[in-house]
Amino acid sequence: MDHVALLARLALTDTEKDRLTTELGQILGHAEKIAELDTADVPPSAHATEVVNVLRSDEVGEELPLEAALANAPEREDDAFGVPKIV
Amino acid sequence: MELFDLTIKQASERLSTRQISSVELAESLLDRIEAVDDRIGAYLHVDREDVLARARQADERRLAGEDGPLLGVPIAVKDNICVKGVPTTCASKILEGFVPPYDATVTIALKKAGAVIIGKTNMDEFAMGSSTENSSRQKTANPWDTNRVPGGSSGGSAAAVSASMALGALGSDTGGSIRQPAAFCGVVGLKPTYGMVSRYGLVAFASSLDQIGPFTKDVADSALLLSAIAGHDRRDSTSVPREVPDFAASLEAGVEGLRFGVPEELMGAGVHHEIRGATEAIIDRLQSAGAVIEPASLPASVYGLSAYYIIAPAEASSNLARFDGVRYGYRASGPSDMIDSYMKTRAEGFGPEVKRRIMLGTYALSAGYYDAYYGQAQKVRTLIIQEFNSAFERFDALICPTTPTTAFKLGAKTDDPLEMYMSDVLTIPANLAGLPAISVPAGLTDGLPAGFQIMTKHFDEQTLFRVAAAVERASGFTQRPNLL
Repeated sequence: MDHVALLARLALTDTEKDRLTTELGQILGHAEKIAELDTADVPPSAHATEVVNVLRSDEVGEELPLEAALANAPEREDDAFGVPKIV
Repeated sequence: MELFDLTIKQASERLSTRQISSVELAESLLDRIEAVDDRIGAYLHVDREDVLARARQADERRLAGEDGPLLGVPIAVKDNICVKGVPTTCASKILEGFVPPYDATVTIALKKAGAVIIGKTNMDEFAMGSSTENSSRQKTANPWDTNRVPGGSSGGSAAAVSASMALGALGSDTGGSIRQPAAFCGVVGLKPTYGMVSRYGLVAFASSLDQIGPFTKDVADSALLLSAIAGHDRRDSTSVPREVPDFAASLEAGVEGLRFGVPEELMGAGVHHEIRGATEAIIDRLQSAGAVIEPASLPASVYGLSAYYIIAPAEASSNLARFDGVRYGYRASGPSDMIDSYMKTRAEGFGPEVKRRIMLGTYALSAGYYDAYYGQAQKVRTLIIQEFNSAFERFDALICPTTPTTAFKLGAKTDDPLEMYMSDVLTIPANLAGLPAISVPAGLTDGLPAGFQIMTKHFDEQTLFRVAAAVERASGFTQRPNLL
């Protein structure tokens, strides 16, 4: 639980961890259910659409202007997003 | 009849013939919202001056010689679809105050057609839920009984159309989030074929399942609104480069000689007997109208719910990683360093259901579990797709109820996540297989709407609308909720 919470970057309270452990256990019963099916020769499907590998040429198109990109910033420093220290 | 009671088609005709102006129509809707939305709570954001300005623009365009089925028509938009310059919050604290610097492709399409975007509607946070109770902002009530839920996650859009607070609305459907609230609120709700409508500008929940679709008062309006938003988009690489057909072409064609399958597994599944009764009544009338209706079998569909509750959270855990307090939205105060900032921001910004799904998804994708959970779910998905493909060799459409029950009471299911999930059991298979599916009101049972669901093969929305129109005629249901 702690490991998964760190991977998910979620700070959980002890109450939340307890509740989530139970709920995750219940929901993971679903995983056991799908394990019932014989899928030995079945390829996985990531989606149901007919398109694959949609590419375009590497050309600059529409750009988001700097001011627009920074407009929602919780904290701004010059032309960048201000963040707490990383190291 | 008040202007807000009109369908899109009726309003469009009156606008075309200059009987009414877009401003008058917008005012009628705005006044209606002011009169009843305090009891319903469908809208998160309505800006009267902004709406009237858009309506005036529509009138000017008409004066300049333009016309079109949506010009001047008020349409509501779910709050996970970006409208430039208008707050888009996905009903989450983590996006409080976020104002998109761009329009979603569907928004551009609506604006191009001259629709008047009347407001942003309430939803379950990040589209996760089946009742709209997971909104961080407010509850939305079902217009048929304000002690009951409107369904979810597009509950606001469904309620808005049901209570005549919009002539049409856009929602999104990942596991049933358009069709289920449409059924609960007695309106038409459509999830198009995956890839039919661009997802660019739709805040992603589960990228392989999400689709934007219309809520309308009737089937003809649904075809009309879908026509405006469907089509290939270079900015959504999952959108399919196909020509958009004339969806309304076969609306009057009837069902003579068409073959429908009723999947046994979707008629069992805890469907309450009043819903079953309403469904069977429609089936009888369709048979009288010349359809050949037989039982069908989709054994893998029973596993659809389980596969979905691995796939959707897994994709969500990846999509929601972007909400980190760096570039937009909420940021927690007083973090010790960057990681702490992420952890606190997300802990404080996300609601409990969202955290639950992120945790489940992260776990399902983590090393050592990927193959058993996500990998296996993807294989089950293949089986479901194959099964549907076989079924559509025999049948023109598959039919069943949209939900196992009518709308439940507010607060009734919030303690048990599994019960909440069951209300999606009939809708999820269409998302997994990418099939087009529509819910049409079948009638009332104990004063609450029941929905009838139709599914067709990929990109066969023309048949879908044809059958839906026949169901609409068979049910004869035209009632609106009494909101006095």
